[in-house]
Amino acid sequence: MPSYWIAILVGSIAVYSWKILGYVLPKKVANNREVVVFAGKLTIALLAALTGVETFVSGQALVLDSRLAALGVAALLYWRKAPFIVAVAVAAAVAALLRHFLGWA
Amino acid sequence: MPKKPVNSRVVSMSLGVGLAVGLYGTSFGALSVASGLTVWQTQVLSLFMFSGGSQFAIIGVLGASGPAGIVPAIISAWLLGIRNGFYALRLNSVLSISGVVKLLAAQLTIDESNAVSASQETEEDSKLGFWLTGAAVFVFWNSFTLLGALLGSVLGKPETWGLDAAAAAAFLGLVWPRLKNLQSNLIALMAVLLTLLLVPALPSGIPVIVAAPIAVAAMYGLKRTPMRRFLEVNHDA
Repeated sequence: MPSYWIAILVGSIAVYSWKILGYVLPKKVANNREVVVFAGKLTIALLAALTGVETFVSGQALVLDSRLAALGVAALLYWRKAPFIVAVAVAAAVAALLRHFLGWA
Repeated sequence: MPKKPVNSRVVSMSLGVGLAVGLYGTSFGALSVASGLTVWQTQVLSLFMFSGGSQFAIIGVLGASGPAGIVPAIISAWLLGIRNGFYALRLNSVLSISGVVKLLAAQLTIDESNAVSASQETEEDSKLGFWLTGAAVFVFWNSFTLLGALLGSVLGKPETWGLDAAAAAAFLGLVWPRLKNLQSNLIALMAVLLTLLLVPALPSGIPVIVAAPIAVAAMYGLKRTPMRRFLEVNHDA
């Protein structure tokens, strides 16, 4: 999609803007703990929200499908300290198998 | 023998982290192509955006909303990139660099390069850990992105291979190590519930960027209530 280039380029500049900002701000800002804690909380909220969307949303509707079962297995694997790549691959396999053999959505 | 031998422990740690993180570039590459981006667009994201969370966010929103999702996709990626700014603040005091080198250091400022650098005991190792981990992740992440994108483009319909579920698992994997106390868990829970509540009402992509800041604000609100004592048993994330 050609219009995606706008998102890719503007998005890349936007992400870089934070990175470079840290190197040009005065060093004393680095010691402000409140700000650091806030950034940590926002990161958690965003990643959790994105997990929810990727699991339950289809278009603009909430649905229950193979993705939830796959996410459950992934959670179990993360809990058992499995590497990221393993959990992601197993989650994909679980959803693919449920769809293929059990006809789940 | 050189007077100051390079600390081989830092070298192996940096390369190990680089390879491990790089490997999941494969899942990013495959998911990105499944979301409708071309191999080339996928590769440019890994080269220029170079921040896993932001990259997964932008392809996630574009995949769900198509061209209508461009603005929320950019905002999601931008907001997720904020933590790199704090790593940069820290690293700026450690690296003692200036000018053009800062531009390069900024691009390599990510979760892993900061973490390896922060875990070293001497200033020398701290610098080495940053540069080596940053460079290793960059090389491996980009190589495996290409591999994943090429694989993804021959796979066909993403749902058949469970790639949509892989995306959910990827975000869970990014948030998992950060859920280390009651406060973090509550924020995550509120963010998910609020997002899902907003999904039917708002254009796709928007619920995430609205719900996440509200969830954080709500946590600050909770700390002003009798819940405070309960929450403060757990130290901040």
